[in-house]
Amino acid sequence: MSSKAEILASIRKAIKGRKSAAQRRKDVESRIAEHPAGVLPEGPRTLAQKTKKFAEKAKQAAASVDVVSAGDEALAISKWLRDHNLPQSIRQGTDTRLKKIKWPKRGGPEVKTGPSDGTDLVGLSHGFAGISESGTLVLASGSQNPTTINFLPENHIVVVDAKDIENDHEAVWQRLRRRYKNGKMPRTVNMITGPSRSGDIEQTLIMGAHGPVRLHIIVVKGATNAAQKSRRA
Amino acid sequence: MVEIHSPEFKENSRKALKDKQLQRALQHVRGNFIDKRLKAIAELPEFEALRDNARDIKNHVLEHLDLYLEAYEKRVVAQGGHVHWAQDSIEARGLVLDICRKVNAKTVTKGKSMITEEIALNEFLEKNGITPIETDLGEYIIQLRGEHPSHIIAPAVHVTKDQVAEDFRQAHTHLPSDRPMEEPESLLLEARGILREKFIAADVGITGANFLVAETGTSVIVTNEGNGDLTQTLPKVHIVMASIEKIVPTLEDMSQILRVLARSATGQEMSVYTTLSTGPRRKTDVDGPEQYHVILLDNGRSNMLGTEFQDMLRCIRCGACMNHCPVYHSVGGHAYGWVYPGPMGAVLTPQLIGVDKGGHLPNASTFCGRCEQVCPMRIPLPKMMRNWREREYERHMMPSGQRRYLQLWAWMAKRPAIYRLATNIATTGMRILGTGRGRFRKFLMAGSWTADRDLPAPQGGTFVSQWKRQRPEQAR
Repeated sequence: MSSKAEILASIRKAIKGRKSAAQRRKDVESRIAEHPAGVLPEGPRTLAQKTKKFAEKAKQAAASVDVVSAGDEALAISKWLRDHNLPQSIRQGTDTRLKKIKWPKRGGPEVKTGPSDGTDLVGLSHGFAGISESGTLVLASGSQNPTTINFLPENHIVVVDAKDIENDHEAVWQRLRRRYKNGKMPRTVNMITGPSRSGDIEQTLIMGAHGPVRLHIIVVKGATNAAQKSRRA
Repeated sequence: MVEIHSPEFKENSRKALKDKQLQRALQHVRGNFIDKRLKAIAELPEFEALRDNARDIKNHVLEHLDLYLEAYEKRVVAQGGHVHWAQDSIEARGLVLDICRKVNAKTVTKGKSMITEEIALNEFLEKNGITPIETDLGEYIIQLRGEHPSHIIAPAVHVTKDQVAEDFRQAHTHLPSDRPMEEPESLLLEARGILREKFIAADVGITGANFLVAETGTSVIVTNEGNGDLTQTLPKVHIVMASIEKIVPTLEDMSQILRVLARSATGQEMSVYTTLSTGPRRKTDVDGPEQYHVILLDNGRSNMLGTEFQDMLRCIRCGACMNHCPVYHSVGGHAYGWVYPGPMGAVLTPQLIGVDKGGHLPNASTFCGRCEQVCPMRIPLPKMMRNWREREYERHMMPSGQRRYLQLWAWMAKRPAIYRLATNIATTGMRILGTGRGRFRKFLMAGSWTADRDLPAPQGGTFVSQWKRQRPEQAR
């Protein structure tokens, strides 16, 4: 017998006879199909409250947050780079949302496209969603937003539209299912709550372990979210 | 196998109590973890309801484990990944080696994983000419020291800052010897620089898994440093090593348990990085591993199903039980002598390495019950330790002296009149003898007990006599 068969047989022997085989199969299939949400922490109702809570929680997790109006992303990014003495140079993927950022004709940052090889100081990503419950960003991998940009540069800037902020994880998983369909997933989904840190030396929390030392979130008000647009269509 | 020193628990503990460096390091466990957890759960009114649901989810999984494993495998394969099954550590190590050899791997980076400790993967890879590099800061420190983790989420909790500086000075000889190393920040920065090169050079990255999601065929890791992510993103091959009970049905179920995991472990609402990986890089991807392998390891778990130890398979390795354990606080993790320390280790170790070698650990408990109180998955740890003690007694593994005392006690306990008389005499006697100081430095026939602590003298009468005094109407 193969190891797989041995392990499964050992499991089946231990739990035999508690329920009929058909019933067990049905229970598993329906749990996966219905994916019940369980206990959801109470969250804010309005978009403005959600944005406020998201920003508060992200700051608690040591991220910095800038809430701006649509069209002001370029200004906010350039200012943040200047404020932190960083060169006007960023690395990003081919994300369509990020392409809409209107850089000034002259004096805007150098924008490099593609995955990071570890030599970039600043990475820019588009957040698939935000979670107000814990100030968490959700990023989906792909050529639009390569995973290396989330981890290799010392500074990570993430643009997320206010309308993509949900109260809880569970709402984001629904959104992910609508986007990717048929149980498919992007290779990597990153849930990011603040910049990287370690408490491994005498349980003292130190920021900037292997991932970014700084995480800066730009929440954009007044942009239409893609999911809502497609629902209306 | 990691060398087993569990049978020497008593000697290990004695040494640990006298180890000043260790005792200084353990102070950080006693306060930090407990306060942070309390603060985090106070801010989530739904915490208790989430614990109930987390327990129910895992119970449901265990009752349907075969089917969920099959569903999970199907989803992994559908998205281009490979699933391998291993019954024990020998098989699991062989599978890792095969995968590494196929890509001519020289170095392997590793995210933090207790299960690779369980199967002693590092020692095995080294013997076969492959260099494993631990990338979690705590794991990196203890790898340099040639040690094993003393805590499941804070592996280097027994090491002080000065010791880390000394270890780095010895290992990183290419750096200037007069560099400042007093601040933990400079130590972290140094490790970051050194490991960054290793991440980029590695051929294979190995991580554990906090969850395997059956619905999507996804493996999930939870970290704060980002080392796990670099480990699994940069090399050509990503290997996930996971035990079979890590399965959850859906993304929603994962999120329910995530909410109790970080709060119970470090007191965070969410760990910094929760990463969901599904298969290898896609055709349109520009980064990520070309191969994605999952090794599903049983190593004795399926034997726990259907026994009085089934509940232990709900464990999500948060470490709350050891963070709150007075025995762990006193002796640290290494005294337990194998991979898993604290209350969860005391239950799991006899199961995984045999009651003859690990059967002593369940005695390392005061039965104060805090471990069960704080366990996010509501695992009845004290009850299971009692089960092990019974087995130890049944198998005549207890020292004969202890056994005789227990038999005498049992004989008296079944005869209430004699029991009361004897306890009354003992209490009164000890109260008179202990007048003044209120405690004994030494006591007849309890020399080994009083060697490390004082024995308090009884302050009032026995429980029964006090009960009679306070509730005369109920006592008969």
